[in-house]
Amino acid sequence: MSIEIKGLTKQYGETTALDNVTLKFENNKIYGLLGRNGAGKSTLLNIITNRIFTTSGEVLVDGENVRENDRAISKIYLMSEKTLYPGDMRINNVFKWSKKFYPDFDEKRAFELAELFELNTNKKVKQLSTGFTSIFKLIVALCVNTPYIFLDEPVLGLDANNRELFYKLLIEKYSEEPFTVVISTHLIEEISTLIEQAIIIESGKILVNTSREELLQSGYSVSGKAVYVDNYISGKEIIGEDTLGGLKTAYVMGKPQADMPESLEVTALDLQKLFVKLTNAKEGK
Amino acid sequence: MNINADIDKPIFQQIREGIEDAIILGAFPEGSQIPSITEISVNYKINPATALKGVNLLVEENIVYKKRGVGMFVCDGAVDRLMENRRKEFYDKYVSSLISEAKKLKLSEQDIKQMIERGFGSEY
Repeated sequence: MSIEIKGLTKQYGETTALDNVTLKFENNKIYGLLGRNGAGKSTLLNIITNRIFTTSGEVLVDGENVRENDRAISKIYLMSEKTLYPGDMRINNVFKWSKKFYPDFDEKRAFELAELFELNTNKKVKQLSTGFTSIFKLIVALCVNTPYIFLDEPVLGLDANNRELFYKLLIEKYSEEPFTVVISTHLIEEISTLIEQAIIIESGKILVNTSREELLQSGYSVSGKAVYVDNYISGKEIIGEDTLGGLKTAYVMGKPQADMPESLEVTALDLQKLFVKLTNAKEGK
Repeated sequence: MNINADIDKPIFQQIREGIEDAIILGAFPEGSQIPSITEISVNYKINPATALKGVNLLVEENIVYKKRGVGMFVCDGAVDRLMENRRKEFYDKYVSSLISEAKKLKLSEQDIKQMIERGFGSEY
């Protein structure tokens, strides 16, 4: 049970949005799909769910090609920024209709969650604010009960209380009965403790695909007097540097050397810092 | 307990130490049930696999035990064992860093002793 992406390439005229991407989303894991604006995240998600076609390569859902394959597509739910429901439809009707497309949709739970988020289900889709549009789509995502859930910027416009509520509901559901979740977001810090696996995509290519813990241990920062830092980092793989007067912080790949000079301070990198430094390094900034 | 993604310590270690602290402080007495993996993960918004990894360390060390289908409980004698381990770690974890900071600030052994006496004095 998995989604396998093999040699996926997508061209938009001269632009290559995805460049020979090969990836596997394994069963019952939570993934973070991270990338800068325009890195190719949404293109990837739209190809996986058959909303757009690939130029070459294929997507296999439990071994079946997803292209124009209703059975494979019905195993996946993609929550994206695009609202695919008719604007005039009332939320309570959307919940009823969802059952037709997704037989395992839990309508009762959807109304319970609407109450928790204080979403008025008598409203029409087009009457909802940005935040409530996200909430309404999140509720559907939490109730469709498909084996694969993709969330593209799930908390867009949500206040801090509702973001927290959503993360808790997601973990609760996942720990009761695991499923595959892929969260694509720019709010890296908020999902950093949730995810088991991190995928970083940059200019249409996979830059990183590893467990969260391994990624966090892949680099560190070292700071102190600039001359000492420069001396220490010579010959090491550096992904970034910040200088403040005579002080310097360097972001280094690998593990700190055992005989660390006492004048230097070593700190672990958090996911966001690593992401920023890695994607900047790639672009030569 | 507080879980913090920013600090150097991996989250599963923070979970383990948080539960240990709760056991030492008597919040989870010996023989009592500790929160489930779901409760821990939801509460701290962490991946259940991470919470499980932390709790499994405690199972390996005979601090908690699992009862199939019921939950996880604090072992008898867990408090004594934890205190003993923590006492062993005390020098490396607290005293040596205290001394290196004191040296950096040119505080004497006498200065530190006085501060320790002051600290104990104010607490008792």
